[in-house]
Amino acid sequence: MKKEKNTIWVFFASVKLALFTLIILAIASIIGTVIQQNQSPEFYVKQFGPTTAKLFQVLDISQMYDSWWFIFLLVLLSINLIVCTLDRFPALWSMVTRDNLATNLDRLEKMGRKKTFFTKSSPNEIAGAIASIMENSGWKSEKADKEAGGVLFFSQKGHWTRLGLIAVHTSILVIFTGAIIGKTLGYKGGLMLPETATSDHIYQHGTNKKLPLGFEIRCDRFQISFYDNGSPKEYRTNITIMENGKEVKKTSIVVNDPLDYRGFTFYQANFQPIDGQFLTHIRKENTNSEQTFRMRAGKDIAWESEGITFGIINIMEPMMGGKYRYKIWFSDNRAEPVDFWMDGSATVKIERPDTSYFLTVKQLYSTGLQIAKDPGVWWVYIGFFIMLAGLYIVFFLSHRRLWVYIGNADNRTRILVCGSANKNKINFEKDFSTLIEQFEQNDNLHLA
Amino acid sequence: MNSSQLLTYCTFTYLLASILYVAVFLFRAHKIGIIATICTVLGFLMQTVGIGLRWAESYQMGYGHAPLTNMYESLVFFSWSIILFYLGLELKFKNRLIGAFATPFAVASMALAALGMPDEIRPLVPALQSNWLIIHVVTCFIGYAALAVACGLGVMYLLKFYIGKPASQPDNQGSLIGSLPPLKIIDDITYKSIVFGFLWLSAGIITGAIWANSAWGTYWSWDPKETWSLISWFVYAVALHARFVRGWGGRRIAWLAIIGFIAVIFTYFGVNYLLSGLHSYA
Repeated sequence: MKKEKNTIWVFFASVKLALFTLIILAIASIIGTVIQQNQSPEFYVKQFGPTTAKLFQVLDISQMYDSWWFIFLLVLLSINLIVCTLDRFPALWSMVTRDNLATNLDRLEKMGRKKTFFTKSSPNEIAGAIASIMENSGWKSEKADKEAGGVLFFSQKGHWTRLGLIAVHTSILVIFTGAIIGKTLGYKGGLMLPETATSDHIYQHGTNKKLPLGFEIRCDRFQISFYDNGSPKEYRTNITIMENGKEVKKTSIVVNDPLDYRGFTFYQANFQPIDGQFLTHIRKENTNSEQTFRMRAGKDIAWESEGITFGIINIMEPMMGGKYRYKIWFSDNRAEPVDFWMDGSATVKIERPDTSYFLTVKQLYSTGLQIAKDPGVWWVYIGFFIMLAGLYIVFFLSHRRLWVYIGNADNRTRILVCGSANKNKINFEKDFSTLIEQFEQNDNLHLA
Repeated sequence: MNSSQLLTYCTFTYLLASILYVAVFLFRAHKIGIIATICTVLGFLMQTVGIGLRWAESYQMGYGHAPLTNMYESLVFFSWSIILFYLGLELKFKNRLIGAFATPFAVASMALAALGMPDEIRPLVPALQSNWLIIHVVTCFIGYAALAVACGLGVMYLLKFYIGKPASQPDNQGSLIGSLPPLKIIDDITYKSIVFGFLWLSAGIITGAIWANSAWGTYWSWDPKETWSLISWFVYAVALHARFVRGWGGRRIAWLAIIGFIAVIFTYFGVNYLLSGLHSYA
């Protein structure tokens, strides 16, 4: 029955190789946490000297986790996992599917747990009682007639748990598959988008290549809010998505709550004030019409449909953590132009002969968005799920098998109850004892 | 009474409990064992109320977040998890001698929190405002707690193995070390703790990865904290394979339980204080 296996197969199927690879991976992983990653070549020369830096270059230490030799270790681990799984699968599968009613009777005598009873009743008379005892204790059984009038019952629980091991090992390969899909088909990018600006592309990280989105994204507003003690509470970007020039979605992005749209995910990453530029919002009281403008100091803005012109003519720097103050000039050609000072982010009411206007001025920000497209991420998540389920099965569930054999022995009938579990033997022993009690207390068996 | 006071009382109760457990071991004073257990349970109740109170206090301050957001809070939760796991072991295996090797970890964790970490309740920075915070921290620390106890058990094993076993009379009941559980039992509990801890460590790494993906768009970025958690995972994976397939047990598993926990501790502290990365908060 035993197949000759070639030595290469044996090598890749071995647990020794797995242990070796895991230990090397553990040690190698330390390197990248101690030596700073993704620095310029000059950094390493300065830090470690030219000779060591040269060695680092050969070994790709600056991007160690993407280096040829680290990838090689991961490939080695994968091959090891695949070969080992294929190697062990047939034996495990046969444990799952095996016909346990064909088990050799001699082997039953050598089971981990066993108990014998005797009765005057014949095997056929008590067969029904035994089946119901087993079923009532949660062991639904199958039955087979054996030689010399004997009857064998078999019941098992958790035979599928034998495959938990395969699940855990496969999960790692599934996660790797997801990672490879992500690396090859996905990308990461960034976008600095000033308030009111629109973009139909992003810039790929690393290469800075312009990548089209296939739709447009506009930053309507970026807001930071603070707690009383001054630490940041929220970074929020209000976004409008546009397709073919039409607004299709208005939403906001905050840290920990990204926007998913057409396979892209937009994350709030950072922000930047743009020097000398401001975001103004103006609303006309009687018509409720409103407009947002991006403006520069000293440069007038015209709200043409309303016949209004205004501008920032002076700025006062904040004193001791206070707010910026802006001097505004405003004209509507219906009365004398006015000018006044106002606080940043505050709203002022400008009263005019025919109506009033509400004006807000604040610093203009660019929001920094991080964009990810990763079609492999669901593979990774499925892998995570399989791994946890598999680990639970491997560690906490067991395959429990139970046989009851009734056979003739010297004018009497011998009942052999026996079984075994591949793990959690203590729990199995409890179950077994409970079952034995059921046998002992049953009147239909007429135990002697 | 506020949470800080309650947690201070808890620290001293744990200290007393661990002294009692050590006394049970050193002087074979098994009669005081029950007092040690009562102290531990009492401390645990105080700590549970203390953590709950701190949670409520953060709401009163208008911040409203689970007390799992900085080094102080995580140390308190670490010690809480250790005690919970230990009490479970004591109940299951009916052995108080493990207490002498497990509760000191909880005392050390509380002492470090009290002496070395600022305990003010601070508002949650945007990066931590996520439901994943609780899930990630809880899964990690259940794992860490089990692995801490596994380390204590490893120490217990080695102590018994190297000091307590005269060649002529293994498991001598009369001697100090001889009163420890038989090597086979220590080995079994160590292994079970590692298994439990490994499952939760895996869950902790996974929930961290999912959180990272929902916050930054990358489930794995080889940041030092991530990498070190993976290194710990490798160590325990090695231990489990060596045991399952190559039949390793006893001394070697005891050593791996200790080495693994050193990696865990480095993941927890070392990375924050010695290396730089994304996990700058806790």
